[in-house]
Amino acid sequence: MAYLDRAVRSIFLWEFVQAFWLSMKYFFAPKATVNYPYERNAQSPRFRGEHALRRYPSGEERCIACKLCEAICPAQAITIEAEPREDGSRRTTRYDIDMVKCIYCGFCQEACPVDAIVEGPNLEFATESREELYYDKARLLANGDRWERAIARNIELDAPYR
Amino acid sequence: MFFTNYLQHQGLSYAWSWTISQVVLIGVAEVVLLVSIAFWILADRKIWAAVQMRRGPNVVGVFGLLQTFADAMKFMFKEPIIPAAANKVIFILAPLVTTTLAFAGWAVVPLDNGWVAADINVGVLYLFAISSLGVYGVIMGGWASNSKYAFLAALRSAAQMVSYEVSIGFVIITVLLYAGSLNLSDIVRAQGPDIRGWYLLSPLFPMFVIFFVSALAETQRPPFDLLEAESELVAGFMVEYSSTPFLLFFLGEYVNIILLCAVMSVMFLGGWLPPVAIWPFTVVPGVIWFVIKIAIMFFMISMVKAFVPRYRYDQLMRLGWKVFLPTSMAWVALTAAIVVLFRHHVGA
Repeated sequence: MAYLDRAVRSIFLWEFVQAFWLSMKYFFAPKATVNYPYERNAQSPRFRGEHALRRYPSGEERCIACKLCEAICPAQAITIEAEPREDGSRRTTRYDIDMVKCIYCGFCQEACPVDAIVEGPNLEFATESREELYYDKARLLANGDRWERAIARNIELDAPYR
Repeated sequence: MFFTNYLQHQGLSYAWSWTISQVVLIGVAEVVLLVSIAFWILADRKIWAAVQMRRGPNVVGVFGLLQTFADAMKFMFKEPIIPAAANKVIFILAPLVTTTLAFAGWAVVPLDNGWVAADINVGVLYLFAISSLGVYGVIMGGWASNSKYAFLAALRSAAQMVSYEVSIGFVIITVLLYAGSLNLSDIVRAQGPDIRGWYLLSPLFPMFVIFFVSALAETQRPPFDLLEAESELVAGFMVEYSSTPFLLFFLGEYVNIILLCAVMSVMFLGGWLPPVAIWPFTVVPGVIWFVIKIAIMFFMISMVKAFVPRYRYDQLMRLGWKVFLPTSMAWVALTAAIVVLFRHHVGA
């Protein structure tokens, strides 16, 4: 009987008919994908995207060249050189991040005592050449200026959990 | 016809006016077909995407309508790479053979009553010959690439195409027995006047299923695309192809698919005939019914791609030689018996 059952099923392509109806159901089901450039998923305040160097509201850069981020960076993507400024405060003269080496682990922002280096919410920084991904200090500061509002909000939202 | 008469009035001889009007007709048909292929490819991708709950291409043009044109431009502006050890002449010739044959098959397909480029009495034989020649494009491409992967893939796909042509041949014979003609237009006329006459709803229905599956195997469509097998292998016999030659293979593949959809519509779905031969339906031009039928067949082919897992090579061969071949042979005998016994009801 089981044999007959199977024979009848295979002759009448029963499984294919079933599969057809199932896939027709999915055909008219709402789409599961986000229409990306026009729609976006919600993003956590802890999202680790493109790096940025922040400034204080006065315009003074936060980074004090303690090199903790350089020390902790597991991919050794950060290179810092520092010397005293004219007013005597210690500041970086060079702050490079190789975005190709970076593994976006977020240890740099965890290590930073003054919240200077952060990973912002931006994830769209693809470039046409590799050279463009070797970020220097000017680029990172510009990122900080550009994303400051979103970064400050994310830090504030995440503060209760730290 | 009108164009031929017009040219004759202009003082040209009949031979010249016939030749010119025929060339113009073929050129126009070819361009229309080419442009429509762009939308068939888009439809294919959209259907596949919809079943997987994706959106499919929707950025280039409204609803992504221009996506295929963008892709075609991309292929054309890429650098054609010819492997150093390849046989250059045959390497370039192979995609041309595939595409030319795919287009040549359309010569005998009647789009409407009388709308056929070559209304020949051996239309079915011609179609069968052309689709058999299609294997040469594959073999030439695989061999001329001088790559072992391309060559092995070409052998496998040639074996696949040849095996399924056998059962397609027997399926066609059953249709011929019913219709009593090798002319595609006559096959359509034999299925008149409405849906009750279509061979889909006759004892030939199992043959329709076999033809459908064999058409999938013949055009290397999923679930029989094991020469290409996007998820495991690279492009099969097309590994070494890039740029325009690859575009030609791709184009030929889709022209072939649409051609087989058209042949299925002609042989089983009554070609240009309306489903119901009463007033609102008879007003619609036959070519529209024909395109609708092709679209239905194409939709089924796309859906199969979406829900059937790929066959293994031995399963493919088993299905072709041990299931389809005996079944279709038996059906030829059965159909012959039906035609002899119920001659008055079959119309042959």
